Amino acid sequence: MLKLQDVSVKYGSFTAVHNVNLEVSPGQIVVLLGANGAGKSTIFKTISGLNKASSGRIEFEGEPLNKRSPDKIVQSGIVQCAEGRKLFPSMTVEENLKMGAYVHRKNKKGIKESMKHVFELFPILEEKQVDMAGSLSGGQQQMLAIGRALMAKPKLMLLDEPSIGLAPLIVEQMFEVIKTINREGTTILLAEQNANAALRIADKGYVFENGAVVLEGTSEELFANDEIKKAYIGA
Amino acid sequence: MANIINKRFIIPVLILFAIVFPFVTQNDYFIHVMTLSFIWMIGVYGLNLLAGYTGYLSLAHAGFFAVGAYSLGLLTVKAQMNFWLAFVLSLIITSVLGFLIGLIALRTKEHFFAIYTLCVGYILYLIIDKWDSLTEGVRGLIGIPAPGNIGPISFETPLSQYYLVLAILLVVILIVYRIVHSLTGRTYIAIRNSEDLALTIGISTMKNKLEVFVLSTFFAGLSGALYASFIRFIGPDIGNIVITFDLLTYLLIGGIGTLSGPIVGTVLVVWISQQLQFLQDYRMLIFGPILTLLVIFYPRGIAGSIAGWNAKRAEKKLAKAQQDERFSQSPISAENQVKEG
Repeated sequence: MLKLQDVSVKYGSFTAVHNVNLEVSPGQIVVLLGANGAGKSTIFKTISGLNKASSGRIEFEGEPLNKRSPDKIVQSGIVQCAEGRKLFPSMTVEENLKMGAYVHRKNKKGIKESMKHVFELFPILEEKQVDMAGSLSGGQQQMLAIGRALMAKPKLMLLDEPSIGLAPLIVEQMFEVIKTINREGTTILLAEQNANAALRIADKGYVFENGAVVLEGTSEELFANDEIKKAYIGA
Repeated sequence: MANIINKRFIIPVLILFAIVFPFVTQNDYFIHVMTLSFIWMIGVYGLNLLAGYTGYLSLAHAGFFAVGAYSLGLLTVKAQMNFWLAFVLSLIITSVLGFLIGLIALRTKEHFFAIYTLCVGYILYLIIDKWDSLTEGVRGLIGIPAPGNIGPISFETPLSQYYLVLAILLVVILIVYRIVHSLTGRTYIAIRNSEDLALTIGISTMKNKLEVFVLSTFFAGLSGALYASFIRFIGPDIGNIVITFDLLTYLLIGGIGTLSGPIVGTVLVVWISQQLQFLQDYRMLIFGPILTLLVIFYPRGIAGSIAGWNAKRAEKKLAKAQQDERFSQSPISAENQVKEG
């Protein structure tokens, strides 16, 4: 479904990502593990078109993405849910969700259905519908960020650190929902520092260090790997 | 008090006030100043859409204002064109110019955009000032006709012009209101919030920015064309950067990114300026510090701050209501505890 071949990304003269090869198949949950600054977010921004790859090739459903503009990439079915729960704080929960369906803005009925679906996943958002997004708690904001990404009905969702700064109980709920979203047919590429929680729901993982993939394998393989245990799981 | 200053109530009252204003004052000078204020408001609404809602501070708006004014002036005075045809053409000219300049200017952001548009505004001013053979340069353009008759209605008197400008202003406000409360408006606000975020939900930011830039220059041009037909004389100074900063002052004091801000700010500053005429340019000694203090302590201007206070008060009320509810429940729970104990 998504394929990165030898992708490098530069910020000026600094190479943030070196020759990354990565593949996501339909229906999978794939996780990118790594510390801050390992290049996970850069990869996400490059896939969604905010950064341009300086070399290499990105393919989505067999079509090259490199030259496509970010809005066209969203239209083709890749939606990024950015790190740090970026919302539109001065808009209500409902308006935020409607903005998420921007690419389907002509389909009023579809938007209503999508919103119903999001409210089923996150009932709290329905209660807070008319509240300003800025007044929500951290967990609710993350739910809204994921909900807004869902409104675009993505084939592939890029989730950047959904667990960051959340209480353990909320993290668990969040990963449950991610699993549900995946089961309902959305392929998911997840960037996480919380390896323990992420590997539990993922099919496959890549470990990033200093902008390069240092390890890859199925979740079981990565779980069993001593290096991973030491560095990320803390067992 | 908050209930009395209800939005639904205040808008008809304001419109009614604007309609009866000339009969209340009976003073031609006041009517003149008010008409001018309305004309400025249209330009300020244009600036507000771009700078307030989309977050792109254009400093070229006096330039576009002057292009609108001079297009109308030249088409009617030199080309002897029918007034309303010239009026429509001058709006088209300003918008097309806005489109072309926007194509380049919008590749820059933030300070760079402000500086770039500042230069564009200055170039527009210089062209008008120096292109003597076309614009008559510093001598200015004299004898611009008043708006032509629409059917039996003529616009020769100050009173009829007052109502014409008021009607156009109301249409402009209605258009801006509809835009701001639509998906298009939220798209602009999304771009102001974060362009990257807007891109990741599939908004073509360039297309939307260009759209709002053209719309904004259209309103600036409209304001300029009305100015030319109202004052009947224009000089290059109307394109001066000072005018841009006037518009910006009205917007900042009234409340940037609010719907009522342009009205509040323009009326207030124009009237205070009129009262301080005798100080000439020294009146800036008063406006400068006020503006600085306002930007530091009330960055959302008058309208924005009032909206903020109202929201806060509503929040407090809600919190208090919830607290009262808890208090009223607490004796019962205390009783239960005693029983259980």
